[in-house]
Amino acid sequence: MEMQVMNAPSKQDLEVSHVPAETVGNIFTDHPRMTARNVNVYYGDKQAIDNVTLDIAEKQVIAFIGPSGCGKSTFLRCLNRMNDTIDICRIEGEIALDGYNIYAPDVDVVPLRARVGMVFQKPNPFPKSIYDNVAYGPRIHGLASSRDELDDIVESSLERAGLWAEVRDRLQQPGTGLSGGQQQRLCIARAIAVSPEVILMDEPCSALDPIATARIEELIDELSSQFTIVIVTHSMQQAARVSQRTAYFHLGKLVEVGNTEQVFTNPEHEMTQNYITGRFG
Amino acid sequence: MAGSSFLFGLEEQVDSFALLIAVLLISSGYFYLGTRSSRTVRAAGARLHSLPHYYGLFAGLVAALPALSLLAILAIGDDIVFNKLALGFIPADVKAGENYKEVIVLAQIYNVVNGINFGEQPDWVYAAAEAWHGWEDTSRLLKNVTVLALSLLGGMFAYRMVNPAFRSRNAVERIVMTILAASSAIAILTTIGIVFSVIFESMRFFALVPVSEFLFGTTWNPQFEGAERAGSGQMGLATYGSVPLFVGTFLISVVALSVSVPVGLFSAIYLSEYATPRVRSLVKPLMELLAGVPTVVYGFFAALTVAPFIRSTGMSLGLDVASESALAAGLVMGIMIIPFVSSLSDDVINAVPQALRDAAYGLGSTQSETVRQVVLPAALPGIVAAILLAVSRAVGETMIVVMAAGLAANLSLNPLDAVTTVTSQIVTILVGDQEFESAKTLSAFALALTLIVITLGLNFMALQIVKKYREQYE
Repeated sequence: MEMQVMNAPSKQDLEVSHVPAETVGNIFTDHPRMTARNVNVYYGDKQAIDNVTLDIAEKQVIAFIGPSGCGKSTFLRCLNRMNDTIDICRIEGEIALDGYNIYAPDVDVVPLRARVGMVFQKPNPFPKSIYDNVAYGPRIHGLASSRDELDDIVESSLERAGLWAEVRDRLQQPGTGLSGGQQQRLCIARAIAVSPEVILMDEPCSALDPIATARIEELIDELSSQFTIVIVTHSMQQAARVSQRTAYFHLGKLVEVGNTEQVFTNPEHEMTQNYITGRFG
Repeated sequence: MAGSSFLFGLEEQVDSFALLIAVLLISSGYFYLGTRSSRTVRAAGARLHSLPHYYGLFAGLVAALPALSLLAILAIGDDIVFNKLALGFIPADVKAGENYKEVIVLAQIYNVVNGINFGEQPDWVYAAAEAWHGWEDTSRLLKNVTVLALSLLGGMFAYRMVNPAFRSRNAVERIVMTILAASSAIAILTTIGIVFSVIFESMRFFALVPVSEFLFGTTWNPQFEGAERAGSGQMGLATYGSVPLFVGTFLISVVALSVSVPVGLFSAIYLSEYATPRVRSLVKPLMELLAGVPTVVYGFFAALTVAPFIRSTGMSLGLDVASESALAAGLVMGIMIIPFVSSLSDDVINAVPQALRDAAYGLGSTQSETVRQVVLPAALPGIVAAILLAVSRAVGETMIVVMAAGLAANLSLNPLDAVTTVTSQIVTILVGDQEFESAKTLSAFALALTLIVITLGLNFMALQIVKKYREQYE
């Protein structure tokens, strides 16, 4: 151990000897919204997630960081069963939302995904009008009983996504005509329009310029007062800026979880330290 | 005699072929020279604008392309010149004759040239044929000399342009673009040519039959041409009201589309959105097999299996079904078109980005909501294109109709009646020996023209619809 700190560890060392059997830090929280217990995910024969146990606290932002291919996005997509759309994907263990296992046989994914919304890496507005994009979720879930009510949902969602002022005069224009940053905020508005409890964000700023990124980060901060947010990011600065807790993944294992400040200033695990100091990743 | 004409034609082909090979050899020679000389220039320390093989390519292309175009123009052009020259041999009294027709006289001469003799021809025909042979020799010589000269000179010109300042890469790019543009021009010009040839023949038809009768008349009966004199049938008059044909086409197409569009579209949705890769890899080739069945076989199937089945089913229900019905032809035609619709729709549905599906699933859409509200609207332009192709297949399909729906031009919108379509009428009119001055024969062209106008109109309308409703992604 001592020796490895002195010399930069080779990749082989990291893969074989340094992946811990147990996650270090605090995997449990006082008020968990979602809980994952001993989750394993396989793509065919390949194991993508190895025995991950983690609590996701209510009305807090938790950031998943780690090198490419470490399984952080895979784990995120398990939280609203988006991996169901991949045929060869198999999941073991238990993930619960408010204490109910979302992988139980009788669970319907449709209401689940309404409760656990998702924002994707690349802005993906529907090729419909701005209004129809936001109204899409409320319509399919029957959340509005009248046109006025729907208008209100659309307006308040766009408002909360910080987009209302920019689009109020052109709600009927296509969502795909907006700039990249606006499109991503439209996607966030679309996600919050169905009043989810948890919002999953898969590298939401990776396709955006720094100014648009700053707007989204501000927005995440504002939204965390109402929603539980899980964000996957490649930017450690972003994780440090927006999250209260940080989880570090490596090769499908959850290496360390803790308060963001602590993880970034005083990581317990050597691998976390190597990653955040930019020694690999 | 016939043998010699065959050899004669062959000789000419061999001749042109040899010329083609010669031009290609010259061209590759210049390619080699150009490449080598630019390499030498580069080895001497000069900085070339482009890589050496671009200089070679430029020289080779300039040696080949103008020469080959000239060869093509001369090959097409010489007959026109010969015809003009041959007209000079026709004596004035023949020209002044009552039944004089240029085409027939030229055919007389042409036959003798090719060694086909029907009886004894007048002397001036033999003289003209003799001269014709002479012109051919001259033309061949001229052709060989000019084409080879153009090739050599062009190559030389390009070869001399090999110097460091010459931008041969840009020049080659321009030549490539010209070739590509010329290829697309050929497709467009052919279409225009087809339309005009149909228009000219149609005008001859409309000189004999009024446009209003053709477009609005409700009886189609061209079979009684000349029956006036025989004093029989239809009060001795042929009638050219095309409405029953277009109604028949419409009826059969509607039946065919109401089979092929839903079945094709639904199977495309199943294959691209629901089926496992295993099922997909099995079902897709099987469906495309349907497209490979010749339409004559579909015709058998329609006439021998489907039509009797419909007839007996109809009779047991107390309906009066013609033994050859629009329903039978339409159903089988619909089955034939399914693979076109499904294969094209499948492609466009697959082209819809996965990100859009993810977005819909992420909001809690069910699979069918995703398909209906996100995937299909995004794929709409392609699906409309697929349906349009299905329409043109249905409108243009002839064989199944001839075999299964009959040739009776009844004006009916009842799919249980026997009807006929525009294309199958055109076939029956033009099969066999025809007299080109009769309204019956010419009516085929008027039908074709109307069909072209209608399909163009349909295409235009569909494009407008797509433009209005398309959802732009990306």
